[in-house]
Amino acid sequence: MDEALDAKLRILTDAAKYDASCASSGGKKRAAGKSGIGSTTGSGICHSYTPDGRCISLLKILLTNYCLFDCAYCINRRSSNTRRARFTVAEVVSLTLGFYKRNYIEGLFLSSGIIRSPDYTMEQMMLVAKTLRNEHGFAGYIHLKTIPEANPWLIEQAGLFADRLSINLELPLQKSLEDLAPEKNTATIKTAMGQMRERIVEAKEERRHFAPAGQSTQLIVGADAATDDIVLTTSASLYKNYALKRVYYSAFSPIPEASRFLPAKSPPLQREHRLYQADWLLRYYGFTVPEITDGGDHGMLDLDIDPKLAWALKHRALFPVDVNTAPREMLLRVPGLGTRAVDRILAARRHMRLRLDDIARLTSGLKRLRPFLITLDHRPTRLIDRADLRQSLVAPPVQPSLFD
Amino acid sequence: MNTAVTLAAGADQDGFRLAVRRLLAADVAPDAVVWGTPDAGDLFGGTLTGDAPPVMLPRALAAMITPVVCHRDPERYALLYRLIWRMRHGEPALLANPADPLVRRLETMRKAIRRDLHKMHAFVRFRETIAPDGTARYIAWFEPDHYIVEATAGFFVERFRGMIWAILTPVGSLFWDTERLAIGGAGSKDHLPADDAFEAGWCSYYESIFNPARLNTVAMRSEMAGKYWHNLPEARLIPALVRGAPERLREMVAREATAPVHRDPTRAVAAMTRQNPQSLADLNRIIAAAPGLVPGSARAVLGEGPVGAAIMLVGEQPGDAEDIAGRPFVGPAGQMLDRALAAAGIDRTTTYLTNAVKHFKYQQRGKRRLHASPTTSEVKHYRWWLMQELGFVQPKLVVALGATALLALTGQPLPLLRNRGPISFDGQAGFVTTHPAYLLRLPDPATQQTAYTAFVADLQHARSLASA
Repeated sequence: MDEALDAKLRILTDAAKYDASCASSGGKKRAAGKSGIGSTTGSGICHSYTPDGRCISLLKILLTNYCLFDCAYCINRRSSNTRRARFTVAEVVSLTLGFYKRNYIEGLFLSSGIIRSPDYTMEQMMLVAKTLRNEHGFAGYIHLKTIPEANPWLIEQAGLFADRLSINLELPLQKSLEDLAPEKNTATIKTAMGQMRERIVEAKEERRHFAPAGQSTQLIVGADAATDDIVLTTSASLYKNYALKRVYYSAFSPIPEASRFLPAKSPPLQREHRLYQADWLLRYYGFTVPEITDGGDHGMLDLDIDPKLAWALKHRALFPVDVNTAPREMLLRVPGLGTRAVDRILAARRHMRLRLDDIARLTSGLKRLRPFLITLDHRPTRLIDRADLRQSLVAPPVQPSLFD
Repeated sequence: MNTAVTLAAGADQDGFRLAVRRLLAADVAPDAVVWGTPDAGDLFGGTLTGDAPPVMLPRALAAMITPVVCHRDPERYALLYRLIWRMRHGEPALLANPADPLVRRLETMRKAIRRDLHKMHAFVRFRETIAPDGTARYIAWFEPDHYIVEATAGFFVERFRGMIWAILTPVGSLFWDTERLAIGGAGSKDHLPADDAFEAGWCSYYESIFNPARLNTVAMRSEMAGKYWHNLPEARLIPALVRGAPERLREMVAREATAPVHRDPTRAVAAMTRQNPQSLADLNRIIAAAPGLVPGSARAVLGEGPVGAAIMLVGEQPGDAEDIAGRPFVGPAGQMLDRALAAAGIDRTTTYLTNAVKHFKYQQRGKRRLHASPTTSEVKHYRWWLMQELGFVQPKLVVALGATALLALTGQPLPLLRNRGPISFDGQAGFVTTHPAYLLRLPDPATQQTAYTAFVADLQHARSLASA
């Protein structure tokens, strides 16, 4: 690779790294056609991990970091003094294929600063996807960051080539968006999301290809005053109204060339981690937003303990739960029991009455479970009423795993 | 006396299955079997030979055997045979109990295999070398934990079908020539090309995508254990990235926010309004340049007629003749329409004609291109264009010819006949009638005549509305 291209790659990768989304999942399985390359596995593959613990699944780059917009949280905003570069369509195609053929990546995640006009930019991005698909028989994963300000016909086309489309909402409060991203508009973003949702649902019914891996979005946490309550309420409504596959939370990271409007401090990684846990409770554990935020204070989640444990400690009367008789919904509420462990318990229960030893074989979280669970040979005695229960269950501070 | 079973080194799937058939036929209990590989030396015990009747195993059991046979644990065969034996001797549902210690252990082994497969899919790194004949070849060296090389072949073939590649490992190798897979013995790292055209670029990418503000090596190591690092080109960057991260973060946080470059925000806003097509010609340029949104012809058939026409007719989509001519309504249905327009006293040249879908969707049957109806979402793909077109033409009356046009103009699939007659499309005066192609499809001349008369009457009605 020549030096000029290498320099561009560095600038346009650096500019893309604050977007949390990297997943190559959600689609159907697909294999390369004769003489083509590329496949998708359904669940996606992480090909590498950087020392920030995040995985590299896709080649995540910007087409260009020149931008007409001036969003304060973004390093590429118009008023930033960052170094600028621009790839040609052919360069992105060549990088994607070159990386893919060496098994470095699952595909491409292409985003872009807005140059000339939203339409022009979106067309250039689509040209990349179209060239990969039509001229190179590329069947790997393509995620396009849609530009909501572009005209709707471009979105109609993007879904034909991409596996996933996404539009970042970035800030849950309309007011924050007005303050920090003057060119953006919540209504425009949601209209585009609605259009994508409708098309994705229809295409699935008609068994046609239109963004088969669905759409996702990102919320930035810690750049404005939005509480966890507001963030999670926004997520719940996005999941419900736009059938999003994922909402990503990105702890606002200090950026070189930071705007004066924003906090210059370490990103609130723990908060981001708790939001991901809460998001999981929303989607897979039958929790509602009020139940989750009830575990914390003033609309913020407890940073020291996970949201499920926080909820359980405030609802001790519901525990301990008998592992041999409790319904699935209640087992899912036991701190330390994940969906898989619950399913294993339910399967095992059909064959035997469970003891503590059996539970130890079915899950790795036994220590945290003990105060909340009744087994054939274990009944927690008043442990649930102990004042120091919280302290005994708070894990010693370790760096959390931030990303899945 | 014990029965000795000797299997080939590695994952001997066939050998194990044959042994199981023989053991079950001879009714040998698990405790009486000694399992070994050729390099383990002579085993004490008798051996079984000859054919044995096939054994039907439940699918869940087969799904346990195949991966676990790939495990490196020398006890794998004994454990699997014990499982099979118990399931055939009074515990048919054993596998469904995840709390059973044997099931648990095998499940753990299966999980280890799944993980090993997954990591091999993820961490194989090809290097490219150009053969003397100019073709590119891709070669990788990888060290799996278990005997999974054959088991990964399907994944790599499906993914890199169009490439010539080889994956070499200490326990076997895979070779693919774009058509056939060959499986060979142990490979050597010496055959890996010394360098690669994209490796430096990949390392640049790895360095640049790392965010020093989020250093978390625990999470990295749990997914990408140190044992993989020596075969990953990017891993040699890790120590320096980790060492440098705190300093880079301090620097970023400490750096005073620089005065923003003042750029005029009106430019961005202007760019957004300017981007909308400014005229019908503008819009037509966009439509003509865009790829089709239906499977079929790449040629867009644009609307035809004067801007400001009193009547705008919207059909379904261009057909074979329209696609060849590049004009709307020139095929058999178009001729029928021309006849009806003349009968209704409407001058085609002062009318605007267009289609809901701008490309000919068809299925190839031999030499013929058979019309295929656009689906609801396909019609909607074109909707925004049609609405823009309508906005530029600004007719007094827009006539939907058929259900597809009705769907395109309302955004909803509505029954045609129930809506026949005058209608309002979001404030735009409209009229709904049948598509002329419908008349052509009617088999009986008498019915056709009745339908034609009704169609002409509709057009006359539309004309009177448009001239009112």
